[in-house]
Order: sequence, then structure tokens, then C-alpha cells
Amino acid sequence: MKFTLHIWRQENAHAKGHFETYNVDNISAECSFLEMLDILNEQLLNDHITHPVCFDNDCREGICGMCGLYINGRPHGNDDGITTCQLHMRKFTDGEDIWIEPWRAKAFPVIRDLVVDRTAFDKIIQAGGYVSTTTGGVPDANSILIPKHKADQAMDAAACIGCGACVAACKNASAMLFVSAKVSHLALLPQGQVEAADRVQKMVCKMDELGFGACTNTYACEAECPKQIKRQNIARLNRQWIGSLFGRDRKDN
Amino acid sequence: MKLDSKIPEGPLSEKWTNYKAHQKLVNPANKRKINVIVVGTGLAGASAAASLGAMGFNVDIFCIQDSPRRAHSIAAQGGINAAKNYQNDGDSIYRLFYDTIKGGDYRAREANVYRLAEVSNNIIDQCVAQGVPFARDYGGTLDNRSFGGAQVSRTFYARGQTGQQLLLGAYSALSREIARGSVKLHERHEMMDLVVVDGRARGIITRNLVTGELERYAAHAVVVASGGYGNIYYLSTNAMNSNGSAAWQCHKKGALFANPCYVQIHPTCIPVHGDYQSKLTLMSESLRNDGRIWVPKKKEDAEAIRAKKLKPTDIPEEDRDYYLERRYPAFGNLVPRDVASRAAKERCDAGYGVGTGLAVYLDFADAIQRLGRDVVEARYGNLFQMYEKITADNPYETPMMIYPAIHYTMGGLWVDYELQTTIPGLFAAGEANFSDHGANRLGASALMQGLADGYFVLPYTMQNYLSDQIYVGKISADTPEFDKAEAEVRDRMNKFLEIGQNATEKHTVDHFHKALGHIMWEYVGMARNVESLNTAKKEVAALEARFWKEVCVPGKAEEFNPELEKCYRLADYFELAKLMISDAMHREESCGGHFRTEHQTEDGETQRDDQNFMYVGAWEYQGHDVEEVMSKEDLKYEYITIAKRNYK
Repeated sequence: MKFTLHIWRQENAHAKGHFETYNVDNISAECSFLEMLDILNEQLLNDHITHPVCFDNDCREGICGMCGLYINGRPHGNDDGITTCQLHMRKFTDGEDIWIEPWRAKAFPVIRDLVVDRTAFDKIIQAGGYVSTTTGGVPDANSILIPKHKADQAMDAAACIGCGACVAACKNASAMLFVSAKVSHLALLPQGQVEAADRVQKMVCKMDELGFGACTNTYACEAECPKQIKRQNIARLNRQWIGSLFGRDRKDN
Repeated sequence: MKLDSKIPEGPLSEKWTNYKAHQKLVNPANKRKINVIVVGTGLAGASAAASLGAMGFNVDIFCIQDSPRRAHSIAAQGGINAAKNYQNDGDSIYRLFYDTIKGGDYRAREANVYRLAEVSNNIIDQCVAQGVPFARDYGGTLDNRSFGGAQVSRTFYARGQTGQQLLLGAYSALSREIARGSVKLHERHEMMDLVVVDGRARGIITRNLVTGELERYAAHAVVVASGGYGNIYYLSTNAMNSNGSAAWQCHKKGALFANPCYVQIHPTCIPVHGDYQSKLTLMSESLRNDGRIWVPKKKEDAEAIRAKKLKPTDIPEEDRDYYLERRYPAFGNLVPRDVASRAAKERCDAGYGVGTGLAVYLDFADAIQRLGRDVVEARYGNLFQMYEKITADNPYETPMMIYPAIHYTMGGLWVDYELQTTIPGLFAAGEANFSDHGANRLGASALMQGLADGYFVLPYTMQNYLSDQIYVGKISADTPEFDKAEAEVRDRMNKFLEIGQNATEKHTVDHFHKALGHIMWEYVGMARNVESLNTAKKEVAALEARFWKEVCVPGKAEEFNPELEKCYRLADYFELAKLMISDAMHREESCGGHFRTEHQTEDGETQRDDQNFMYVGAWEYQGHDVEEVMSKEDLKYEYITIAKRNYK
């Protein structure tokens, strides 16, 4: 297969970016999208023309959340429930033009080419995305009984890989799906109850502070999430948030 | 060098208790004055930093990715072992200890493994308290599954994403400490060198991967938890950025490197499909709970399948060879990884392979018939989906095709009972050390070891070291040792950038890495012998010489430059490859993942030589291209009867 690639090139965070066009040929349909970019880079290096195209990637099996490209207008490309590294060239037609961009969001500044800085997500988790336990001094694991369906729901929410596709998909660059997944995961479990009210307050405030937009319930995030995190989590976050304003365990009560 | 493993006195089951009762401690006011560096944010690194931070130490933690949550522990699928005996099936600390020693083919240290089994139960408690959503039964209690090399169900799991959930648990604990200010996170920072002052580890030189700047960090102790070196084979189940360089820098500064030839090859990975391929994807070992592995009994059927004239579903039951069930009736499809991998290779080499010829079937038809599609989907749904996305085959309808691939490295930095290397103040944890898995690791034990080291071992043993460090005051990074280390790193970077500018023949880093991987897989892979190792030795040396003349790296050192990163990691792999070959050459026996074809039984099983090789081989660096010197740590088994490793 052959393709014409239009790729966003930007030397660093402060430089002006632009699209550059490249051609690749002899690509196997079994090849993954990132392997296709590897082939392009090998080509660029062998031709000594330019610096290879920088893109983040690591596990290449859809779990680390490191890769994330905006491909033909969709985060992680034209397939459902996958990350960019799980996208294969058989999903494209021979001779197709492919537009490749980085995540576009104020809170995710570009580092180089297709690589963006997602440390804002870490800062949101640091604001309260945990149960405050220290090592040791915890009860036996089976002393905390959790109904299976609750544990399953918590697992559904906890499956988030923090890739940022939800933010990239959102016209407001809101991080609501990401934040709500963590809030839900912990709110659904008894271990997370103690700090639930405080947690949702702190995480939402941090999200706003870091420049993510507001949620206007269009659910583009849900449609593009590689782990198919559900929008019900956003509803749960909103309930938690409102509850936390009136709850008795609010800090300043 | 004389190796002192510092195993505490007393009976096996009391050693750890005794150690903790008599170790030295650091009082809370003094902990604030002590700095610790942790390299790596996987299970071992994140849990160690979170625990040390919570205790009151000042911790700096480093990762090469953009976030601690990306470390490759995240990709572990199947589960984590613990001796809880929640299933009432006869499990105990002793049995987990015994299985781990036996699984490691009697090449692991007894006291360390017993401690690992002992703290395994604490890990499950800790993770549940953090909110890790382990699978549960309808009554609300925790569920278990079975894994290879055990006859009990002791594996705790969170669907097919156990590593992810455990890592996110450790990451959440780490995040809390970062918010509290006890831990400082340095993401996209790579450790480039270890700084040793007066014989003690006192800091590291790092490269900021965004700006390319070199930075210095000083501390009272350094923990290396940087994972394994499986990517030396280029194609492996490791992440693209996983590398052995942090550990290798420690080795070059004097830390001994133990058992480098012990490499685990995982039997159930998606087979190779083309030369552009960048990595191999693992299909969890848990699939072997319900999947049955087979190849056609008749060669002509195998040939017809390879020619795509027959489909696997066309082969009648009586013409299928369930070779694991045939050869190992007691453990069947759940034999340990090394045994399953070799058996697959044996069938494929004999001409019974399917697909490209280097693949066998993993079939769920029986399980679907017995349990129903819903149950199979609930257990393995995400793995089936992953397989389908990669191969475009539906495993509910046609068997999966699998083949062994490089997965884990049992070898690593030599550590004593305290997880301290031969450099005082330098500790190694998780896959980066050699300690607990002997010559073969059992499934679901890597997660256990990483978290045991980080949550429950290092926080104790490091205090024992740090107790007298309260007298030395703050460590300065402004010393001649730091100057020298930084200058050496800078020269090295510049050297790599210069090679390509002056070369007439130029090749990319990946070109060399693929070639190295090919040599290692062919000659130092699943089967080794004197001849193959000699070939490997010659070819690696020739390739390395070409690498230093022809490698081409674009750009500058002072910028975001992934090609440069790949280049300096590969340079270390060349040295490590030579050491692996020497180690494999000297170990004239077969054990676990190390299979020397000269040493096998009549039916093709590994043949150990306990008389001559019941020791850990720990190597000492002597300089570039100088043969390393080996020291032995004899393994003494006082509480276990050595037996032939038998899964029949």
C-alpha cells in the first residue's frame, strides 16, 4: 500500500508549526500505524533530509497511554476502542491521504512535532486521585467485602490509561471524562468513601486551574475513548460534586 | 570478589522477623535530613518511593516517560501471586516458596524467596486498601485464578489488566507523596551515570529528555528500579523504551551483574509477521487456564494449513496433538513458561508449526462449549479483543496462533539479602536485580516481587544502611566526581553525534539494533550451544565495530532527540550482549530459561549439573572489550530437597 502523509512538524514549544508532506510506499496491510511511521523515519534518516518525525510511544499494545495521534480528524484514528499503536494499515485504503496532528489542547503544550506535554493529568491525580493509605497497617484484604457488580463498575472506570484522547476530542478541551473516571473508580468502592467529598472538590478545582475547558455534554470523549470509559462517570462526578457542596464531611463544615 | 549475601541467622521462617527485630533504624527527625534517589517508576520504583516518602525521607524519583504511570509494569496482564489460601486448596507460604524455588530450577536464593512468599499476603492487603479493583466473587470476597507451575489457585487479578491496576495503585500512593512534598518527580529524565564518592553511591547524572540538558542529583542512597534488558533482542514483549542502560551504568561503576544469561521466553505471544515489526505482543498466561495448545498430528495437515488449503477447524479431534497434555499429564497446559516455550519450538522445528511455520494453536473451542461464550468473554474479553485488533482473526471462532517471545530477564544487578548491590548505598529492586526467580520466573511472580521489594523490603533494609548516614550531612553535587561523570556523559553524547558526520557508510540506530536482536535470538535465544555462542560472539563483535563507525544520529545533544536516546542505549546493549554470551558459554548445564542443547535428557528436558553449577555467577566489569571476571555465590538449600524439576 502507499500513502501520502501530511504531518505536523514543530521544532519546539515556542516555534511555529506547519504541515509537511511525505510519501511512503510498499506498506504491508498488517503493519501497525506506528510501524508505518517507523518506516517513514527510517526513510528520512537514510535520505539525510531532516530530523525524523517525533511521536510518543512505548508499550505498543494499547495499555501505557503514551501514544496519541490525531489521525484524519479523530484521536487514535478511524477505529473504535483502540489506541494509535493498535491501529493497523488495513483500516486505510491504498493511496489515501493521511493527516497526522498532535493532541490540540491548551493544557497539553507541544514539545516537538507530535509529542505533547500531558503532565497536567499527573497534577490532577496529585490533587486527590488516591486513597490516603501509607504502607502497612491495613486490614486483611477479604475484610472489605465489595459486591461484584460494584467492583466491576469500579474496574470499568479504573481502566482509563490517561492518554488524553478525551481532551483532544472535546471541542472545549475538557478533561471531564478523565477526572470522572478516577472519581468514579474510588467513589464506587468503600475504600474511597472517606475522602470522596474532598477528592471531587480538589480534582475538579485542579482541572479548572490547569486550563482544561468546561464540559458541555457532547460526549465526543466517550466516542473516542480507547478504553470505552462511559459518560455515566461524568454524571456520577456531577452528583459527587453537588453532594460534596452540602455533605456533612466537607472540610470546612 | 567475595560475595556476602548477608542472610540473617535463624530458621528460614524466622529470618525476616529476626532481621527486622535487630536492624538499625533512623529516627523521624533524622529521616528529613536524608535524601534518596529512585530511578524508575514501575511497581518496584513507585512503591519504594511512595513508602520511603511516607516514612519521612526526601525522595527524588526519575522516569523516562512523560508520566510515572507509563512504566512497563502497566502491561502485565494476568495477575499477582500471594499465599492467602483464600480458596482453601492447600496453599501456604511454604508452598509458594517451594513452587518459586522449583520453578526457578533451584537457582534462586532460599532466604530471599521465603521472604518474598512471606510478604506476598501483605501486598494484596495493601493494594486493596489503595482501591485496586481486583476481581471478586458474588459474595464480595476476592477471586483467584491458576497460573503456570502451581497446583493451587493463588493468583489475584483485575481482568487482563492486573499490572495496570497495581501500577496505578502504586502511582496513586506516589502521587499522594508528591502532593505532600516528600517526593519530587522528574519525568522525561534519564539516568546517564552513577556517581560514586569514596566507594559509596552518592548520586546520578541525568539527561532531561526534553531539553537535552545534563543535570546532577546527589543523595545518601540510590535505588535502581529500571527494569530488565529484554529489548536487547530488539523484538520482545517489552515496551519500546525499556532498556538496560541505568543498570549497566551501575555495573560499569562496580556493581556486579548476576546471571545475565537467564532470559525468560514467554510461550504465548502473537507470532512475528514481517521485518518491519517493532515489537511482540504478549497474550496472557492466564489464557492457558482454559485454552488448549495443539498442532496437527500429521505433517501433511500442517503443510496444508501453512499453504492455507486447510483451516484449523477442519482438523478432526483425533488428528490434533495436544502436545503439552501428552508430554506433561500432571500440569498439562499449565507447565511453566520455559517448558511450554521449548515444547512449542520442538514441534515447530520438527515441521508441525502452523501459520508461517513458527506458530502453534491456542484453542478455546472446548472452553466455550463447556462454559459458554459469556463466561469466556468475561474472563478474557479484553485479550480476545486485543488479539483480533492485531491479527484480524476472531478467537471465538478460530484458535489463536501463538509463538514464544522474549519477555523477562531473570538476570540483573547482584544484590544481597538487603537488596544492596556490591556498591554500598546502591540498591536494586524489581526486574533490575537478579534475586528471586533463579533461572526461570513463574507467571504472576514479577508483580509480586516488584511490590514486595518496594513496599516491604527496601523501606526496612535501606534504613539499616542509612542509619549511620545521618552523620555525613547534606551530599553536595558540586564535587570533582560529579564533574568527571558529567563530562564523560557529555563526551559520549558528542561522540555518537560525530560518527555519522564523518562516516562514508551510514546506518540508522534501528538498523544495528535489529541486527543485534537477530544474532541474539538465533544464537543466544531459546536453545544455545558452544557453536552458536561462538558464532554470536564473533558476530556481535563485528557488528559493534561497525556500529562505532557507521551509526548515524541526527540533530544535537541539547534538544529532544529520540534517535540519540536509542543510540546510547544500544551502545550499552552491545557490551551486555557480550557478557550474556560469556555467561551462557561458561554455564555448561541447562537450567530454567538457559537451555544448552549439549545438556538435555533423552526426552528433551533440561539437565542441570548441581555438582558444578549450583551457584550464582556474578560478573565484574573490567573495561570496554575486556573479558569480565566472575565471582561465585554458592547456593545452599537447607530447607528444600533438591529434585529433578518434573511436571509430568
